[in-house]
Amino acid sequence: MLNENYLLLIPLLPLAGFVLLGLFGKKYLKNASGMIGTLLLLASALLALYVAYGYFFEFGKVDRVYQKMIGFQFTWLQFNNGVSIDMGALVDPISVMMLVVITFVSLMVHIYSLGYMKGEERFATYYSFLGLFTFSMLGLVMSSNIFQIYIFWELVGISSFLLIGFYYEKPSAVAACKKAFIVTRFADLGFLIGILILSFYSGTLDFNTLIQRLTSPDSAQFQNAITSSFLGISALTWGMVLVFMGGAGKSAMLPFHIWLPDAMEGPTPVSALIHAATMVVAGVYLIARLFPVFALSAPDALHLVAYVGAITAFFAAVIACTQTDIKRVLAFSTISQIGYMMFALGVAKYGSEAALGYTASMFHLFTHAMFKALLFLGAGSVIHFIHSNEMKDMGGLRKYLPVTHITFLIACLAISGIPPFSGFFSKEEILLAASQNNQFIFWIGLITSGLTAFYMFRLYFSIFWNKATPSLPDKSHGEGGFVMNLPLILLAIGAALAGFIPFGNFVSASGKPVEPGFHWQFSFLPVLLALTGILIAMRMYKKENLLPDKIASSFGGFYKAAYHKFYFDELYLFITKKIIFNLIGKPATWFDRNIVNGLVNATGNTTATVSAKIKGIQSGKVQQYGLYFLVATIAMAVLFIYWWK
Amino acid sequence: MLQPGLNHILFISTALFFIGVYGFFTRRNLVTILMSVELVLNSVNLNFIAFNKYVWAGKLDGLFFTIFVIAIAAAEAAVAIAIIINLYRSHHSIDVNKAEEMKF
Repeated sequence: MLNENYLLLIPLLPLAGFVLLGLFGKKYLKNASGMIGTLLLLASALLALYVAYGYFFEFGKVDRVYQKMIGFQFTWLQFNNGVSIDMGALVDPISVMMLVVITFVSLMVHIYSLGYMKGEERFATYYSFLGLFTFSMLGLVMSSNIFQIYIFWELVGISSFLLIGFYYEKPSAVAACKKAFIVTRFADLGFLIGILILSFYSGTLDFNTLIQRLTSPDSAQFQNAITSSFLGISALTWGMVLVFMGGAGKSAMLPFHIWLPDAMEGPTPVSALIHAATMVVAGVYLIARLFPVFALSAPDALHLVAYVGAITAFFAAVIACTQTDIKRVLAFSTISQIGYMMFALGVAKYGSEAALGYTASMFHLFTHAMFKALLFLGAGSVIHFIHSNEMKDMGGLRKYLPVTHITFLIACLAISGIPPFSGFFSKEEILLAASQNNQFIFWIGLITSGLTAFYMFRLYFSIFWNKATPSLPDKSHGEGGFVMNLPLILLAIGAALAGFIPFGNFVSASGKPVEPGFHWQFSFLPVLLALTGILIAMRMYKKENLLPDKIASSFGGFYKAAYHKFYFDELYLFITKKIIFNLIGKPATWFDRNIVNGLVNATGNTTATVSAKIKGIQSGKVQQYGLYFLVATIAMAVLFIYWWK
Repeated sequence: MLQPGLNHILFISTALFFIGVYGFFTRRNLVTILMSVELVLNSVNLNFIAFNKYVWAGKLDGLFFTIFVIAIAAAEAAVAIAIIINLYRSHHSIDVNKAEEMKF
């Protein structure tokens, strides 16, 4: 049976690491802090595996359906009539899957950072922040209550903020962390309003009750939520759209994607953990968590999810083809892949028919976590070696970085969807689900998968081939040691083999097994496209030549627009600086300076003027005081004698 | 021979009172100010005695009050002179205008 103590320990061990290293790390545990954090996380990862094994193979299934179980739950804040904020652990296939993914990737990053962050001044602080993040993320996926998920949602936001701004001496890092925080906060405002709408109509904050009430057509809450409308759209749809807005902010969907590329200012292992594998998929997880409500009660909101996901996937892939900073290429690739997960959810339906999208989305989340973390860690190794993020500084590194080279190649093949690597299986499922449901989205996904192969291999060839093997001044500084290679190898094994997990047996919206429904004729086209992409990239970037520049200039304005990320940052700057600042900011400032400040200052100034005028009374001269006394006495005497009858 | 009446004495005491007040406000020397205050007190003493004699003859209340006032004036003079000496020590002067540090 489910042992709640183990379950509770999974998030609490990283939290203990955060508290311990945060309080004592800097002074007493400076060099040991990395080991402490890593060992705590190792314990947590083993417990997560144990729970996952138990859930999937021992007690999770009742009547061949995976159950939603409550690990533990206690009421934290009780409002009236059954609305309460609980702290609990919901155990179902996706939360258990996420527990494994998070603890595994986080463990890899912990180990990797032992080498990557070695000698860093704030080494202990770094590990304590990693612990805080892991705790928050684990709490997020285990949440049994929609308000609990919101609390942890903000906690991952703040730990992401802290880690992006880890190199706070760099102005660009400071700007990036502020940007990430403000953009996601803005989206979270929508999430909060969505939560309030949903809980107002359903009368509960508990996930299971909420889903049950809002999906059964004969319940009073459902009728109420579906009939009340605003601007011609039902309240329930509004709630779900706003919840999706929160998810889009966290998952960097259009138009909230602008923070993710800048978030690459953080240390590279952090990018691997937070901005590739775990936190940015929180939005997908949130949609998956509320999937029955989306699918059964708010199909319009789900269509929005599908289109936003598909357009983001394509759009980010186009930008990724033009970027020159390797981490930014990976960042846009992350946005694109999350777009895949989103539209996979968007095209799915609840129940037995066309339920593949949900499973495919979660499957892609799982495999993506593996290969994208691997790509980032590999990029970290390259950056560690060459001390630059720019592609033009790289080239011909395959001799110097053999392990990174091979593992990076595996990850590139996986993300491009080449069989038999993991990305092939999950991406095929997504495309299959899309083709069954929506042809437009299917074609976008197909083109995007070709683009994905192209830009990933552009990256691969630019780093490891392109130029002749450069002669580096410092040859003693080789690849980053055992602690940095071990995570690469483990993740490469995951990225290569994770596709063979029969995911449909374990994870589905309803808990019943889903048939993947592969047929090789279908896979022919995507794989062919991916291979074409790879070949084009090989022709252009394997040897140094002028072809890339020629092609870039033949695209002209389009290339330039893509290189500048389609001017989204400029657009936002225009909106904030020109429109919001001028129309709202300046009047508000004027009101604040003149009316609010004016009132306060007027009070102060009046007091000051009056007191300056009358302060001469207190002259320090005894005789003057005597005179006042005499005059006052006489005045009072006159008053009492003549007027005060 | 004209006997002095109550009015004469009250006239003298009033004159004495205002001489004292005038001295209090115009003199700069603290000792002189102290003397002016004594004049004011003594004018009050005169009033007590005069009223005792002319209004409630045969009673002693006014006389006793006068004795109290004299005793208090003596105590006050002692305290005031101590203050003046201290002031002189710190300021090297007993000019009341020079001791005006306690102001705004």
